[in-house]
Amino acid sequence: MAGLEDLYREIILDHYRNPRHRGELECPPAHRSEGFNPLCGDEVVLTFEMDGDTVTDLRVGGYGCSISQASASMMSAAVIGKSVSEIRNLTRAFKAMMSIHEESIGGDGSEALDGASDAASANDGALRLGDLEALRGVVKFPVRIKCATLGWNALATGLDETVGAS
Amino acid sequence: MSAGGVPAIDGAVKAHFPLLERSVHGRPIVYLDSAASSQKPAAVLDAMDDYYRTVNANVHRGAYEIAAAATEMMEQARADVARFISAPSADEIVFTKNATEAMNLVARSWGGSNLGPADAIVLTEMEHHANIVPWHILAAERGFEIRWIPITHDGRLDLTDLDRLLDGAKLLSVTAMSNVLGTLNPIGRLAAAAHDAGALISVDASQYVPHLPTDVGELGADFMVFTGHKMCGPTGVGVLWARMELLDAMPPFLGGGEMILDVTKEGFRPNTVPHKFEAGTPPIAEIVGLGAAVRYLEGLGMDAVRAHEVSLTGYALRTLTDRHGDDITVHGPSEPAQRGGVLSFVYRDVHPHDISQVLDQSGVCVRAGHHCAKPLMRCLGVTATTRASLYVYNDTSDVDSLAEALDEVGALFGR
Repeated sequence: MAGLEDLYREIILDHYRNPRHRGELECPPAHRSEGFNPLCGDEVVLTFEMDGDTVTDLRVGGYGCSISQASASMMSAAVIGKSVSEIRNLTRAFKAMMSIHEESIGGDGSEALDGASDAASANDGALRLGDLEALRGVVKFPVRIKCATLGWNALATGLDETVGAS
Repeated sequence: MSAGGVPAIDGAVKAHFPLLERSVHGRPIVYLDSAASSQKPAAVLDAMDDYYRTVNANVHRGAYEIAAAATEMMEQARADVARFISAPSADEIVFTKNATEAMNLVARSWGGSNLGPADAIVLTEMEHHANIVPWHILAAERGFEIRWIPITHDGRLDLTDLDRLLDGAKLLSVTAMSNVLGTLNPIGRLAAAAHDAGALISVDASQYVPHLPTDVGELGADFMVFTGHKMCGPTGVGVLWARMELLDAMPPFLGGGEMILDVTKEGFRPNTVPHKFEAGTPPIAEIVGLGAAVRYLEGLGMDAVRAHEVSLTGYALRTLTDRHGDDITVHGPSEPAQRGGVLSFVYRDVHPHDISQVLDQSGVCVRAGHHCAKPLMRCLGVTATTRASLYVYNDTSDVDSLAEALDEVGALFGR
């Protein structure tokens, strides 16, 4: 049985209580992208600056639950200074970790986690999710997966609009 | 017996509901989400099971015994529902799949033939999306105006400008009880004002009929909609009641079998009310279940149901405030007699999703979100609330479990 400690890891609560890169950059020169969860009304507003192919700065605005806010905060720490292709690889790895196989719903989720690890390593063997691994437990609470991916989807959309889809 | 001579609802009621015997995460279930959907007593489950095991056949037009029996059971349920809301005639009861469909029926059929570019209707800021979106859809096609009755800071309708809002309007469509705030609206006064202005009144009674004695004549309603699954009945069946002269004049809603008297290559003649509005095979087992639910609630007595909920709502308001003080804010009227047992609250600055997730670990089922009332959420200045809602099977121990489980929320998210 999945317990609350699987969801609310200490590092997640830390990012929720002390969100990193909170705020908004002036647009332009920054670019802006919004993510919206119609189920709960949660909203994330990302503003980010680019230098060539690199995201040089990013700020997180909006409001939402601990998982959506912590995930966006951890994302901001992970992507600043990275190139668009590095961010896209990281996004793929993160979303693979957040994907769940149907047959494992109601189970302990371990099959899904194994599958996610495989998918992540298949995408980029050298890629390390680091602190983001703390969000792994979210897949045991399928209702909350959309919370964890809200910021990532907003960033993916924003990058596609800014530099063109991959 | 309570002081008023009404048979009191006691702990025995909980035992009528098989699901409430189960546990969640190793803890006894504490079900506090009846405003979303109620649990079902064994009497309803048995009635539906018996129907499928011993009667099942399509209704109407069958000469054989079980087809006649199925028809009789369905029409008995129609009579039961009519009696439950004191409708003058069972023929004024139209079965739909839920309250949402019933509201869409009113909008499409009555609104579609009565509202044009020069017209206006009046809604309120505390409506459920089911009483907003059908009108938005129709207004986009037909170009009428939608006016809004605002709400006060304590979650009541602000009727200061009621007469001006109703001036020239053809319909007031309003909830009898807010699914977010628990506010009981003054339907009698609103109906009188609407009729004085030459308008009709449509009442969303989804949160009202399950909890209070209902008399459509006393309320002064012209249309009223509600749903089976919030009143101990099954999902898949809802009800539209309207005055016969209105139903008679309205065109059909959905076309198909059962709703016709004759069909030719050139056209069709619609059936009489209520069959005119019941195209296709109806949800027979669900209608039978709704009839059983109505008889179950009548057995408890709706006066007793209301007295139980007023008492328990008062207990809940006191218990939550005593234990959590300034950490908790409960929206809506503070006087239990002026509200139903729907308690939307804010706890510190913890997001409702996180609250409901933590409460779930204690077996406490509450709803988190906008409760299909986004205009109201904007008025309250929030994006979501946590909502606990009470019904006949709840008791003080359920309220205590909620109050205790909130301690866990405080411990986890305390700053």
